[in-house]
Amino acid sequence: MSSRKVEIMVGLFVVLTLAAGLLLALKAVNQGMSNGAETYTLYAKFDNIGGLKARSAVKVGGVIVGRVDSISLDPDGYTPVVALKISQEYNKFPETSSVSILTSGLLGEQYVGFQPGFSIDGIADLGEGDYISDTKSALVLEDLIGQFLFSKND
Amino acid sequence: MQWLASIGRNTIDTVGAFGRAFLMLLGAVIAKPQLIKNTPLTIKQIYVVGVQSLLIIVVSGLFIGMVMALQGYTILVGYGAEGSLGPMVALSLLRELGPVVTALLFAGRAGSALTAEIGLMKATEQLSSLEMMAVDPLRRIVAPRLWAGIISMPMLAIIFSAVGILGGHVVGVDWLGVDAGSYWSIMQSSVDWNEDVVNGIIKTFVFAFVITWIAIFKGYDAIPTSEGISKATTETVVFSSLAVLGLDFILTALMFGIE
Repeated sequence: MSSRKVEIMVGLFVVLTLAAGLLLALKAVNQGMSNGAETYTLYAKFDNIGGLKARSAVKVGGVIVGRVDSISLDPDGYTPVVALKISQEYNKFPETSSVSILTSGLLGEQYVGFQPGFSIDGIADLGEGDYISDTKSALVLEDLIGQFLFSKND
Repeated sequence: MQWLASIGRNTIDTVGAFGRAFLMLLGAVIAKPQLIKNTPLTIKQIYVVGVQSLLIIVVSGLFIGMVMALQGYTILVGYGAEGSLGPMVALSLLRELGPVVTALLFAGRAGSALTAEIGLMKATEQLSSLEMMAVDPLRRIVAPRLWAGIISMPMLAIIFSAVGILGGHVVGVDWLGVDAGSYWSIMQSSVDWNEDVVNGIIKTFVFAFVITWIAIFKGYDAIPTSEGISKATTETVVFSSLAVLGLDFILTALMFGIE
């Protein structure tokens, strides 16, 4: 086999690898807002975050506007604090907005549902580092069942 | 006493083999780089080690993706969760099957060939002839093959994973009727570039290095008889497969084990 043919075949091999890598990069991997897009951070305190994880979606009416950046425990009061990274594209949410932790489907993964509030004069927009005060915790199925059984006993 | 002596002999032999393997590696890797002279040699070896393994990698990747989609579908459909077929196929390929199966196939296809080739060079005294002509066989024979293995195998593993995902698409979407949109979109939302793809590629680099090193050393260290070469070739496949599976557990525990 001549060395020219070898070189062509190795070149083909490299091109094939690049194509496969490109397929993985473009089709199989999330191009979430992690890679470079402009974001700002909001915080929300919940009583119970259920099964929420970092990188869970933040949705407004089903449209993903951001992701959960980190979850930590507030040192005074011991309530969970969730940091939400919201795309800079959506930066006009009023301060009256509320967030709740929802589940997609009965057994699906949990995400943060974001309800934009009403906007009238004198109500500022949410900006970098603001806390969302109106929050609703995750629905814990075990608690519900417990309450149901408890009320049955009466 | 006899028994104790045999333990001691085996230990000394094993440690000695590790030492010789390490010295061979140092001799092959640590030297002044001679890019003009060695690049063509390495490209020739990438052809032998990588391009010629392409067929088996593509075919097995395709079939493994297809089988996983079929098996996964029959289980997931029972829970009404057949939409999760995409992430199941993609994550198992990218994290485990891509690196490990490629490594096992690579050990069988390319590793054994490397051992047999270098072993026969030793048996027919080609290596000694090179040394007589003041050409260092570690530089001329071993180094290009080592680099070719380390470069080729990760490329093969990437192709394997991509072809497997397409195979899963063929069975899951085109045949069994999972929605194409949910196959890709749920896959995209659960596969992470750093977490899954990059970690898988790191694994393949480790496997590639270990397999190629074992294969070349076994050939270089073979007893120069036909029996010795056959034994060395067998040992290459056995040892590198075991090393890959063992290392895979350790790497997985390090990468994915602790949250």
